[in-house]
Amino acid sequence: MTSTTPKKRLTTSAMIASFADPGQRTTSAPFGHALNRLAEQRPEIVGLSADLAKYTDMHVFRDAHPDRFFQMGMAEQSLLGTAAGMAEVGLVPFASTYSVFATRRAYDFLCLDIAEPNLNVNVVGALPGLTTGYGPSHQATEDLAILRGCPNLTIVDPCDSVDIEQAVPALADAPGPTYLRLLRGAVPTVLDEYDYRFELGKAAELRTGRDVVLISTGLMTMRALQAAARLEADHVDVAVLHVPTIKPLDTEAILRGARTDRLVVTLENHTVVGGLAESVASTLAFAGVGTRVVPIALPDEFLAAGALPTLHDRYGLSTDAVVARVRDELSGPAGHRPPTSPHVAAAPADPAPATA
Amino acid sequence: MTSLTTPQAAPAAGDRAERIERIRQAAYRIRRNALDMGEVQGQGYIGQALGVADVLAAVYTDQLRYRPEDPHWPARDRFLLSIGHYAIALYAALAEAGTIPAEELETYGSDDSRLPMSAMASYTPGVEISGGSLGHGLAVAAGMAIGLRHQGNGARVYNLLSDGELDEGSTWEAALACAHHGLDNVTAIVDVNALQADGPTAGVLRTEPVTDKWRAFGWHALRVDGNDVAALVDALDELRAHRGSPGVLVCDTRIGRGVPLLEGREKAHFMRVEEHEWQIARDQLQEGTTR
Repeated sequence: MTSTTPKKRLTTSAMIASFADPGQRTTSAPFGHALNRLAEQRPEIVGLSADLAKYTDMHVFRDAHPDRFFQMGMAEQSLLGTAAGMAEVGLVPFASTYSVFATRRAYDFLCLDIAEPNLNVNVVGALPGLTTGYGPSHQATEDLAILRGCPNLTIVDPCDSVDIEQAVPALADAPGPTYLRLLRGAVPTVLDEYDYRFELGKAAELRTGRDVVLISTGLMTMRALQAAARLEADHVDVAVLHVPTIKPLDTEAILRGARTDRLVVTLENHTVVGGLAESVASTLAFAGVGTRVVPIALPDEFLAAGALPTLHDRYGLSTDAVVARVRDELSGPAGHRPPTSPHVAAAPADPAPATA
Repeated sequence: MTSLTTPQAAPAAGDRAERIERIRQAAYRIRRNALDMGEVQGQGYIGQALGVADVLAAVYTDQLRYRPEDPHWPARDRFLLSIGHYAIALYAALAEAGTIPAEELETYGSDDSRLPMSAMASYTPGVEISGGSLGHGLAVAAGMAIGLRHQGNGARVYNLLSDGELDEGSTWEAALACAHHGLDNVTAIVDVNALQADGPTAGVLRTEPVTDKWRAFGWHALRVDGNDVAALVDALDELRAHRGSPGVLVCDTRIGRGVPLLEGREKAHFMRVEEHEWQIARDQLQEGTTR
């Protein structure tokens, strides 16, 4: 991929790139530490990984509880089948790998061994959506689309370390299977500045606003909050509704938020096909609500390799891109918004990423 | 035998000749049950059921610890049917075991039956995993075996696979896992009937030499004639006593075994039996046991 910017090119930093902004407050490996705290209270908690413990923050649990960690090797079908067997005998497994492998490669095992018997297996997928610049092999841009159709499965897309720390015990408490879109390494800490508690199956209004409502999930809630603050300076009043649980969806909160004259925008770190945007759109349509939904999501294509800030800007997920898109929508005639090219950055790229 | 931590005792009382006779009689009843169920559908996996009946009789009559009235007893040995289409054989065995009422067998494959064509763990009594998609059972068995060992539960985990199922890569992922984790509480049984959906296994995707493959994967592997009850008893005893690695029993079985009419039929994965043939089949089965 070429870049026209004259400055020094950013590099992929391969798999260890973090989407945290420089100087942003972060928490190290929140998933691993949360699992440790939970394991101290609940002896039935066990961990598994498929040769990616170190890259899914599972190493924190492995090192603290070596007798409760099971290495399954680079074999994701075996990972999920084994986790199911453990749950069958009463353990509560957390099984981690990359999202692409948990969903694309081992879906039959997630579906039939775990979801159909409704077992308490918690699948933890790292690198959800566009959180690595490594290319399509590692970018799980359609994991939500694959999994939303799976009965019994609870799906959580956390925003930050606060969400993850609170979600882990909630996922273990939920009797059935869950899938967590893991943010790993140095994970931004954002939601502690809001009056927020993670509640499984519930959306949370983080900001109120009269002009625009941003309905967001996952790390895009962080971008939504940043965009809202920037737009506030332009006297645009922006609400943010954070939807950490993709399934079951808090349709009541979404209908409350979207039954409005405000501009409704969805934000997700996922393809525009089959994720939050379509979930919100179908929620509105099924309820007979005709509100237009503006989707901020990844395009329906295999994405490029490169540096995350470059890619987030190119594909419209950066805060700059979100702000530009909202301004665009507010200035154009309703229903005839000027098209935005996914390949033209509207503003300077985000700064270089920190590393985990 | 109710303690979770007590090591396994010898599976069945009685001398070897008595055990063998008991298994043979159970195998007859399992075949008879399978024929009755097959007649309900008119066609199905009847050839496999007749072929594997001796294996299931040996396992359920002689090897497994279970309580028919309490299918969820925590200390039970687990029997996982990887090959969901063999459900007809498993139901026949579970009826023989007393877990499923014999009169319920006639509902096999009917609307609202607890006995669908492929067994469902969520509502079929005595069934540990849902079948249908092949290559799942051994990984789940590995997880159960790791979990039981972790909990200090001495129960064993059996997994019945077929030679066709060895096509699935996930089976070999799980085979690596069982060996790596030293799961000597796992016994895999591979029904080698040399036939799969599209034809003979040798022509669809060659899996031989099967025993060598398991040994190469770190398993204690034995191979017997799966219709020779005495050989099955000796091999299952040996695998039960073996320590340090998982065990696998490769069983060569004959499709339609015990019913010459069906043994001689062109080999069919999903066999059609005419209406008037079912009674002939039952008669031939009966004659075979009295010869």
